[in-house]
Amino acid sequence: MVKASAQRKTIVVGVVGVLSLLAESWGNQVWAQNAPLKVDTGDTAWVLVSSAFVLAMLMPGLALFYGGLVRTKNVLGTIMQSVMILSVVSLLWILFGYSLAFGPDHGGLIGGLEWVGLSGVGSEPHPVYGPTIPHQAFMLFQLMFAAIAPALITGAFAERKRFTSVVLFAALWSILVYVPLAHWIWGGGWLAQLGALDFAGGAVIHISSGAAALICAIVLGKRRGYGTDYMAPHNLPMTLLGTGFLWFGWFGFNGGSALGANGVAVSAILATHAAAAMGSIAWCGAEWAHRGKPTVLGVASGAVAGLATVTPAAGYIGPMSAIAIGLVAGMTCYAAIVWKGRFGYDDSLDVVGIHGVGGVIGILATGLFASKAVNAGGADGLFFGNPSLFGIQLLVVVVTTTFTIIGTFPILKLVDSLTGLRVSSEEEATGLDLSQHNERAYS
Amino acid sequence: MKLIEAIVKPFKLDEVKDALLEIGIQGMTVTEVKGFGRQKGHKETYRGQEYTIEFVPKVKIEVAVNDGQVRRVLETITRAAKTGSIGDGKIFVRDLTAAVRIRTGETGESAL
Repeated sequence: MVKASAQRKTIVVGVVGVLSLLAESWGNQVWAQNAPLKVDTGDTAWVLVSSAFVLAMLMPGLALFYGGLVRTKNVLGTIMQSVMILSVVSLLWILFGYSLAFGPDHGGLIGGLEWVGLSGVGSEPHPVYGPTIPHQAFMLFQLMFAAIAPALITGAFAERKRFTSVVLFAALWSILVYVPLAHWIWGGGWLAQLGALDFAGGAVIHISSGAAALICAIVLGKRRGYGTDYMAPHNLPMTLLGTGFLWFGWFGFNGGSALGANGVAVSAILATHAAAAMGSIAWCGAEWAHRGKPTVLGVASGAVAGLATVTPAAGYIGPMSAIAIGLVAGMTCYAAIVWKGRFGYDDSLDVVGIHGVGGVIGILATGLFASKAVNAGGADGLFFGNPSLFGIQLLVVVVTTTFTIIGTFPILKLVDSLTGLRVSSEEEATGLDLSQHNERAYS
Repeated sequence: MKLIEAIVKPFKLDEVKDALLEIGIQGMTVTEVKGFGRQKGHKETYRGQEYTIEFVPKVKIEVAVNDGQVRRVLETITRAAKTGSIGDGKIFVRDLTAAVRIRTGETGESAL
């Protein structure tokens, strides 16, 4: 392994390496294939099933995970946010989101409008986006990813955001923040050209939603009664059910990112499971030592922290590396949510502490643990003799965080001027279920 | 006549009731209540966030008795409701100035 002094040196080397990789990496690797592409039925079946897995992560997975964590009066409003975001982003993605993210590259910054309405995105494989599956299968898979990122953010402003402002914010954020990031890292944009590795969305989904969550929590302010009122989760079995769907769905989230039923998919799922298992034990252990009791919510949160953290690395690492990542994820994310209280912002369901912190650790860990022995299409990380990758991954963290923060703030201000961000004090006291939807979850 | 109010742990209710029936007490009123004494509630922890629950669920048993029964009833409730740990509850005794059996119109001790 590597000593601390060498690591510091590596960062410098890495940033230099960014420049040298600019020329070679992307061009060589991808657009080269000229032979006619043939659809593989096994690969296609796996990517389609994976798309359904990722759908289950959001609906009902995330919806129940968040729904159980809020108070009785807000459970429907919370679930509603995930479900409506799924529908809205799905349509945006088909209409023009996919084209902007994955369409033909313009200056490394954004995709073109050539694929608006999915014209030209059909059953023929695309040479880069899965040469053995129909292009539409890749698009469908990516649609699910696009839907889950803004839904994750809803945890930050839980129990107090006006429904119309949630939907408007999610739509704008998806197009103005998520689409460019997806293009830069996955759609042949400038970070991809530098050789950045993000297997299934550590930066594109988890850092971006975590950074946006921080801005949302600060701009919206705390819930009424935060710190004094009893705000315990109203239904932890519901949260556990959601955790189960998340863990289950993550097999498709990470395994499907191999874009085929192959060895990379298998090792990605193994890494995913190992990190989730270790993450749950690590969080539970940290909490047990710190607060005296092992908690159900701790086990669930640790599993999600492990899953989020291993996401960018899953297809590039071996099982032992995954266990190391899960260990760091569980303990660090627990520390992050404990320290949250000192910063004074009300990230109600801990999107920053779990997805933001987990995403950053995962992207950096990819720069350490990635191995070409696991995935020849990836790269070696610092522990496998290639320090420059760590520099690139560090750049990804800085760029994703900065861009998301700069992008999210004006969107919130715009939505505030159009619809207002928060519900009124009276509506907040009544709860979102009745005030926003005229319904009650338990009557 | 005295009115005896016993605040006890909810899981001790059946034992107290059975013990009182055994010594000849024929009726009682039971209410679910919340409160705290030296026990001072309990703590709940969710993702490291601690909540102190100050009001603990208890059961209040009210028994109206004649003066001669008071000592025995107090001993019986104390014995049946005791666990020895903090939070076992308290018993209060107050004077009862009148009692009426609604069905028959009897008053005083014969109404108990």
